Amino acid sequence: MAISLRTLDDGAWVSVADERRTGVSELWRVRGVCDCPLAEFVVEGITDVAVDGRTVAAGTYGRCIRCGCSTSTTPIPVGRIVDGCYEPIDRDAVRRPVETTRPSDRKR
Amino acid sequence: MRFGGRSKRRDPAIGNADRYPVAPGRIDAEGRFRTLSPPDGNEMPTDVERWKSETYGNEIREHLLEFAEQGWESIPEDERDAWFERFKWWGLYHQRSGQESYFMMRIGTPNGVLEPGQLRVVAEIADEYARGPAENPEFGAAYCDWTTRQSIQLHWIRLEDVPEIFETLEANGLSTQQACGDSWRNIVGCPIAGKDRHEFVDALPVAMDLHETFKGDDDHANLPRKWKVSVTGCREGCGQGDINDLAFEPAEKDGRRGFNVRVGGGLARNEPRFARDIDVFVEPDAVEAVAGGLSALFREYGDREDRYSARSKFLVDEWGAEKVRRVLQEEFVEFELEPAGEDLREEYTYNAGRTGGAAAADLPDGGHNDHVGVHEQADGNYYVGLNVLVGRMGVDDVHELADLADEYGSGEVRLTQRQNVLVTDVPEDRLDAFLAEPLLADYSPAPDPFMRGSIACTGTEFCSLSIVETKNRQVRYARWLKEHVDLPDDVDEFHVHLSGCTASCAQPQIADVSLRGMKTRKDGEPVEALDIGLGGGLGEDPRFAEWVGQRVPADEVPGAIATLIDRFRDRRADGEGFRAFIERLDAEGDLEELIEPAETSYEDPYMHNTKMTWYPYADDDGMDTSPAPARADGTPIPSED
Repeated sequence: MAISLRTLDDGAWVSVADERRTGVSELWRVRGVCDCPLAEFVVEGITDVAVDGRTVAAGTYGRCIRCGCSTSTTPIPVGRIVDGCYEPIDRDAVRRPVETTRPSDRKR
Repeated sequence: MRFGGRSKRRDPAIGNADRYPVAPGRIDAEGRFRTLSPPDGNEMPTDVERWKSETYGNEIREHLLEFAEQGWESIPEDERDAWFERFKWWGLYHQRSGQESYFMMRIGTPNGVLEPGQLRVVAEIADEYARGPAENPEFGAAYCDWTTRQSIQLHWIRLEDVPEIFETLEANGLSTQQACGDSWRNIVGCPIAGKDRHEFVDALPVAMDLHETFKGDDDHANLPRKWKVSVTGCREGCGQGDINDLAFEPAEKDGRRGFNVRVGGGLARNEPRFARDIDVFVEPDAVEAVAGGLSALFREYGDREDRYSARSKFLVDEWGAEKVRRVLQEEFVEFELEPAGEDLREEYTYNAGRTGGAAAADLPDGGHNDHVGVHEQADGNYYVGLNVLVGRMGVDDVHELADLADEYGSGEVRLTQRQNVLVTDVPEDRLDAFLAEPLLADYSPAPDPFMRGSIACTGTEFCSLSIVETKNRQVRYARWLKEHVDLPDDVDEFHVHLSGCTASCAQPQIADVSLRGMKTRKDGEPVEALDIGLGGGLGEDPRFAEWVGQRVPADEVPGAIATLIDRFRDRRADGEGFRAFIERLDAEGDLEELIEPAETSYEDPYMHNTKMTWYPYADDDGMDTSPAPARADGTPIPSED
């Protein structure tokens, strides 16, 4: 079984198997995208999608509503493939980019 | 790490031995995620480019009509992303999540001109086909949107109805061709071109020639990204060329009248740019060659690797105006380009900050900030600019407007880039009777400044990108401001543009007050919010708004504008206009003190996350109650889950 994975509508969606599954304008809790211990990150656009094992991740740009930092991110997990089906990550989950551009995080 | 926009589709199944099968991703030796090059056998850099290389342009139409004939469910599930992307070229944009199987349809009306009879056709189509499963509380069950690119948008269009709609449109000289997608979009310009008493050169034949030439031209059908063109010959600057990919602006050289050329403007993606002067003068009969050359240059050198960097503004950033000119000359035109002529920019008045205060006294004859009001045409008749709040008219009103245009004018109606309508060709002796028509009480030629200055994009009602509700909110803002806020007596125009996201379809950066969708927390709860910018506008020296308020809860924005106006009144120099006031305070570093968000008597019913509803105004708006997707008769299609 093949599952397609892509951005759609110029960054409005992560499309999984030709179905719009994760969209912009959501508020995510993310570590490591700004100086806040836990950013509340408004996703304004999805720049790319990728996969890490069973985890589907999306590169994004957006803004933390705690500190106001606007930034582009490395892929942030948005869902997992379980038994061939996509399961979005819970909206309230704490996420961490697969890789960040901050030097401190590169030491992980 | 750069996100390369590479194709993300591969064939192996999820969960097989190599662990990274779906997208071109892998973990490197240090355990970090890396994207990969395109999969073997697929040389297209993105899915969109691959889909375009397979089927694009005019040929989409036969597939579209075939799917329409067989119904929504005939589109193979694994081809829907591709077909919805392609349908855009024919003006159909799949509506957002919760509204599957319904489309927004955009009709391109070059230069905003609706010839006699065409508005009635649009009204009839909206009345019959643009009705969804729920009503909008402000505008009813069916309505037309006039856009900031002088086009028309209808919503809740069903795929199965497209053949009949196309047939009706095309029988009446209208089309949706290239209204969306990666190609020449609707050509904009001065909405009174050819009728303007003061115009420098009649640009309407030029705009229409470009429309005829490049709509459907296979050589220019597949560009790296959208291509927005403005042509204007007026003295006011109302073509808004500065924010287009390609702009022809009036100029004179050695006694010959024509256009100077600018390239690479645009507002989207937090990367606003004004179009750059490439030092080229062109006479009207050579516009087509230069426009085609620049379109071909963009086709050949624009970035197809990364859609986020694909717009022409980024190419001009990279090359500079001088190189654009040189490559255009060397590779894309066969005659010698002339250096730019003398332009008219110092005369510009449109959205130029010259209508308030003392600056108004220096306004050139006929100069105006918009097209609302009663104005004499070159032929002695009049055009009447009617204010359409946020650019949306209920369909009964559109029918009525078509009737009035027939009764009092020639039947022609024109659309402006401020989402308003003009009824043209009204004889002087019919003006009083026309102005007394009841419809004009709602669409006034002399509106309150806040009603007049309001622009809003589509917003979360239908749009996938938007972060907040927009049109109904801006309606409520304008009404509240009209009721509770008084501008200084000598300031009678004031622009407030509300855009739901950074795509900037409401052109927020060129307004007196710029509002852009965001989110924040209020009392611990996530709510819809807006960033607030000040002092943007066009004119001889265009200026983008300065963002001074971040994440202001949407229900506190009217209070912020009220304090802004109070402080403007208190602190302005004698006769100082709003834009000059903002520029002065910006230089003094005091801008952020001008706004003070606060709750007022204004009530906002859309503070919740409207994007998570299937329709923000439905009684039962939960996504799980969505009636979409639906068959042609509106019957919901059951989920297979």
